[in-house]
Amino acid sequence: MNTRAMPRWADVTLVPLISLLIAFALSGLVIMAIGEDPVRAMVLMVRGALGSSYGWGYTLYYTTNFLLTGLAVSIAFQARLFNIGGEGQALVGGLGVALVCLFIPWPNWWTGLVAAIAASALAGAAWAAIPGWLQARRGSHIVITTIMFNFIAFSLLNYMLSHMLRPPNSMDPATARFADALRLRRLADILEPLGIAFSRSGPANVMLFVALAACVLCWALMWRTRLGFEIRAYGHSQPAAHYAGISSVRVVMLAMLISGALAGMMAVNSVMGGPQRLVMNAVEGAGFIGIAVALMGRSHPIGIVPAALLFGFLFQGGSELAIETRIPREMIVIIQALVILFTGALDNMVRSPLEALFMILRRRA
Amino acid sequence: MDLATIVQILDSTMRLATPLLFACLAGLISERAGILDIGLEGKLLIAAFFSAAYAHYTGSAWLGLGVGILASVIFSLVHGLAAITFRGNQLISGVAINFLAAGMTVVVAQSWFQQGGRTPALTSDERFNRLDLPLAGAVQDVPVLGPLYSQILSGHSLLVYLGLLTVPAVWYGLYRTRFGLRLRAVGENPASVDTAGVSVVRLRFMAIVIAGVLCGIGGAYLSTSLSAGFVKDMSAGRGFIALAAMIFAKWRPWPALGAVLLFGMLEAIANRFPSLDLGIVTLPGQFMAALPYILTVVILAGFVGRAVPPRAGGAPYVKER
Repeated sequence: MNTRAMPRWADVTLVPLISLLIAFALSGLVIMAIGEDPVRAMVLMVRGALGSSYGWGYTLYYTTNFLLTGLAVSIAFQARLFNIGGEGQALVGGLGVALVCLFIPWPNWWTGLVAAIAASALAGAAWAAIPGWLQARRGSHIVITTIMFNFIAFSLLNYMLSHMLRPPNSMDPATARFADALRLRRLADILEPLGIAFSRSGPANVMLFVALAACVLCWALMWRTRLGFEIRAYGHSQPAAHYAGISSVRVVMLAMLISGALAGMMAVNSVMGGPQRLVMNAVEGAGFIGIAVALMGRSHPIGIVPAALLFGFLFQGGSELAIETRIPREMIVIIQALVILFTGALDNMVRSPLEALFMILRRRA
Repeated sequence: MDLATIVQILDSTMRLATPLLFACLAGLISERAGILDIGLEGKLLIAAFFSAAYAHYTGSAWLGLGVGILASVIFSLVHGLAAITFRGNQLISGVAINFLAAGMTVVVAQSWFQQGGRTPALTSDERFNRLDLPLAGAVQDVPVLGPLYSQILSGHSLLVYLGLLTVPAVWYGLYRTRFGLRLRAVGENPASVDTAGVSVVRLRFMAIVIAGVLCGIGGAYLSTSLSAGFVKDMSAGRGFIALAAMIFAKWRPWPALGAVLLFGMLEAIANRFPSLDLGIVTLPGQFMAALPYILTVVILAGFVGRAVPPRAGGAPYVKER
């Protein structure tokens, strides 16, 4: 296939943007079909998500979730592994966070944060390790096994919350609140010394910076280390990687471990940074949104940053919509599905006409 | 465990295996033609919603079934557009279809019925009701065979028997007709089919439309027969379990029936015993609920033998230029 048909900038910006526009247009049609006004919906979403520092506090909080789950899917994608298990890995990561925060008296928030990150990453990686191993050694279809592990994780969490971690005097399946000392620094706490006023109620916190640092680290890992090269080589061509002496078991296992660890770390934000206790729906579908984020960001650790921000905006805007209109929150699932469909599967539909257009332009020039 | 309990479990095995059977055969036909179909789950779900909704509006389970099939076939065609026409990634397309169904059903259900993403409960006319096989009453008292026939085989909805008939139909279609031969060839070596002057694209589209119809019936069964109405996410991973059953059955129709009966029985046992006392330990309800998913992983791990998929599965066909 001719890769020079289109300049690189067009490939990484125009193709996703046009796909996104098509997905938005179709979502608008769905909104019209259920008798609502798509323009009013868009205005409400922008106002609700970006119109105040309160809105930004939530938008950036969700962005943090999607940065980590998007990274998780991206790293696995680079090895051509489709990890749909981010949801389950994050749930089990949440268990790791809860155990570390409930049973060890950390002296202050940042030692607790470091421990929680380590525990969630370990738990998430362990949950991803089994499907990874089954794929590498037994050839089990990783898409099906990771989905099964989502269901199993949900049952595991349900059991832990209703039998093990629930405080004796409480009815709902959730842990007790963590100690106040473990409250993560929110954006307001960080921006205040700089003289910037920021709403105190938005839950965006230091994990945003951890997630951004993770993006940079993953970029360095993928493009500046031997392991990253091996993962990418394996993803491009398994026979070639095999011929170059790259062990497929090693690549699959390491890619899945890193992917699971990143998905697990997302729980630090949504458990420690959010409600300060582990609840059943701690992940809220962020593991699945990670797929759309990774596809939009072309599985590139930096490319997923704008994609995560977009979905953070959609998620927060969607919550506002559910309050102000009759459009339910599940609208975001439709948008997410359309983004996956157009940027991931119908990629050629957008790409071919664009390539043809650039060929004509080049011939003119 | 007494005989009555065993009969009860086997009876509900038949019912719970049926949606799996339709989805499994749908996946089998699609994959035999070289198109991976992760979107079975979504097609079951969208068909379940539309058949329940239209059964409610029209008062007829049959019209509901028709609309459910239509919805499922439309989703199949979207998959075909992405996977066949535009040669996109079949896994990603299937995942998108699953999310599209999950979101669409709730958004539309909320807009039509305002009941938190469900349809109103269906009355008996709007559902497929139980059907007694001939002589079911007469042979009831014959030992062993009597309860087997009159209680386990008889007394299910029409769609259960349709599912059982679909197995030999799919077998015959795949192995005894020219269409079936070509279909299997297009999943193994599409270039050879193309050389013989048969359209690969046409064959593959036919396969996924058949898969759409089967998923549509399976979905309609979920909401208009197994339960009385649609509930959010009611397919509950059945599309994926069906895929596992298909792999377990090594892409063959008769073993597929055996595989889905196994999974159906597991679900029936989990339903019958919310928590299972094994003497030494008591398995909690959450473990029993996760059991079908755990068994799926165990079976996929290939502890039951080697499964070789159709060779051209997942690869878009590019005609030589």
